[in-house]
Amino acid sequence: MGNVLAFLTRRRGGDRWHWTDVVTWVWLIGGLLVMFGPAVWLVLSSFKTPAALAEFPPTLMPYVIEEVSVAGYDHPLPLYEVRQADGRTVVLAEVRRIGIIAQMVDPKAPGAIVKVNIADRAPVEKVSFATSNYTEPFVHFDFLRFLWNSVFVTVMATAVTLLINSMAAFALAKYKFRGQSLILIVIVGTLMVPLGVIMVPLYSMISALGLFNSLWGVIWPTVATPTGVFLLRQYMLTIPDELIDAARMDKASEWQIYWRIVLPLAAPALAVLAIFSVVWRWNDFLWPLIVLSQSQLYTLQVGLNVYAGQLNVQWHYILAMTVVTMIPVVLVFVFLQRFITRGIATSGLK
Amino acid sequence: MSRITLEKVCKSYGAHGVLHDIDLDIEDGEFVVFVGPSGCGKSTLLRQIAGLDRPTSGDIRIDGKLVNSVPAADRGLAMVFQSYALYPHMSVRQNLAFGLENARMPRAEIDKRIAEAARMLEIGDYLGRRPGQLSGGQRQRVAIGRAIVRNPTAFLLDEPLSNLDAELRISMRAELSALHDRLKTTMIYVTHDQIEAMTLASRIVVLRKGRVEQVGTPLDLYNRPANRFVAGFIGAPSMNFVKGSVVEVGEAATSVSLMGTTVALPRPAAGAVAGQTVSVGLRPQHISLAGDGEAGVPVEVALVEALGSETVIHSRTATGERLQAVLAGQHALRTGENVRLSFAPDDLHLFDEGGLRLA
Repeated sequence: MGNVLAFLTRRRGGDRWHWTDVVTWVWLIGGLLVMFGPAVWLVLSSFKTPAALAEFPPTLMPYVIEEVSVAGYDHPLPLYEVRQADGRTVVLAEVRRIGIIAQMVDPKAPGAIVKVNIADRAPVEKVSFATSNYTEPFVHFDFLRFLWNSVFVTVMATAVTLLINSMAAFALAKYKFRGQSLILIVIVGTLMVPLGVIMVPLYSMISALGLFNSLWGVIWPTVATPTGVFLLRQYMLTIPDELIDAARMDKASEWQIYWRIVLPLAAPALAVLAIFSVVWRWNDFLWPLIVLSQSQLYTLQVGLNVYAGQLNVQWHYILAMTVVTMIPVVLVFVFLQRFITRGIATSGLK
Repeated sequence: MSRITLEKVCKSYGAHGVLHDIDLDIEDGEFVVFVGPSGCGKSTLLRQIAGLDRPTSGDIRIDGKLVNSVPAADRGLAMVFQSYALYPHMSVRQNLAFGLENARMPRAEIDKRIAEAARMLEIGDYLGRRPGQLSGGQRQRVAIGRAIVRNPTAFLLDEPLSNLDAELRISMRAELSALHDRLKTTMIYVTHDQIEAMTLASRIVVLRKGRVEQVGTPLDLYNRPANRFVAGFIGAPSMNFVKGSVVEVGEAATSVSLMGTTVALPRPAAGAVAGQTVSVGLRPQHISLAGDGEAGVPVEVALVEALGSETVIHSRTATGERLQAVLAGQHALRTGENVRLSFAPDDLHLFDEGGLRLA
């Protein structure tokens, strides 16, 4: 603990503050807010009621107006602090509101109606987490089916991505053939082609192959990634050629060299690509939306779209389900983070 | 049985020729060392024999069978690489077994061979470890073990000791030599270190710029180098070369003038003519201090290296030639001192201007 504290308060200026210390702290704290702010906001907002979401100015924490049961009224009534003419404040419950005048009662003496100008009162609020945002979609939203579809697409696409990208990378890194660098340039060059450009031809291909409305139609077009080929190739270049020569002397076939020597040694780079692939496929929205038109095939991201209607967006459900869909990605990063940094460092890729 | 024959082997990468017309005949059970300065093509030559590379032209035969198009794995050879090339993700045992598994050998036989190699190389204690957990010398043994378990017809070793520290290198050298005596298998060994070549080889092949300069036993090369390059490369410190000219060529002797004196070699010099300029080679070990009244070349001492058992002196003659001498024992010599050095005429080597041996 003492070490951590000493580390955190270590300053370039020694005992005094050097200006770079100040800049560093401001920069780091600013960065923390920029990076974490939206995520924290998202999580907190996912617990707000629709009314709290619509409130202006927005609050950070999810607040609700405190309510009380009053004799003679069927529903609980909201509580307000009312400033009276003589300067005292009392807590009253609102019965109804007409224009700028609210009719209120004292919960202890529910007989008499008090008329109050709404400018003279403030709601009594408490922090409350609207967990129904999470529980209700599980009941009337086919969450488990969408989750299964998403998991299937992500796992399959990642497995196929790793396999074919590493095969291409192996050939480009370890075999010498004519046109080798040209092929690499063409592969990396496809990074410049955005999805929007190839969407229509891709759609007609998927359709012609009969993969429309099939999860494989979502998987196949995404598995060959130039980023993956490049990342793995750069890493495989660092595997010494002598190892491959040794394997050849050891009677290993080219497939065995790939499968038993190169793949295990490229594990850190494969882990990086796996993480990227999982995140990409999990977060895919546009392509699955195009290919899948039956709701039992929807992935989570597409399924979430049902809460965004033309006239009415159910933000509280969208926010809550967004948090749920983020969890796997966050877990992947938490547990595989060291592979990412090591893989990126060793493959010289950003 | 494994007799390896190379006939006119050439290798070029594009227009750049690396090997030129290599002819070589390696007998069964020989320990042949390819030696030469770096970039001379010795490792390339080894890769051609191993089958990891194909020669541009020429034939390679193993036991008379043409193997030019036989893949590396089917030539029955085993190779030890400079970096050892152990599979880092496999344990020592798996490293040894990998080649045997690929050959679909029964499990029991694999275990037997590994146990035998482990006993021979004393690596039994760390069969379960990964190469990363071993020291350099241990890795070296595993790399040799991986070659041994395959029971190859010949071993190819590509600078196997160059990554070890000096002390370990000397002990591994002795072990390799003992291993060869025990296995009696052909070994082809590549090194740039002429001392390794001298101590290990039954025959040395000296290479330079992709050509064979001389093939012979270590002492052949030391005593009768075929040209100036071999003479300078073999032996440490390297041979002194001074300018001289042929005075007279006789049937039994050749007299040469050098460093202001004339000496008579007790050998004929074939092809030499009187008046010809020659390069005269003299090993530092063959030079001694001239005793009182004895003839000798006067020199000025430029540097003295006292090594205890011997004293190396760097000196300059009156004619400006540099001479290095290795004197046995300890001598109280100082820089700048004038001494006289003597040598036996029999120890001189004569080379013509093209570098070829005359006598």
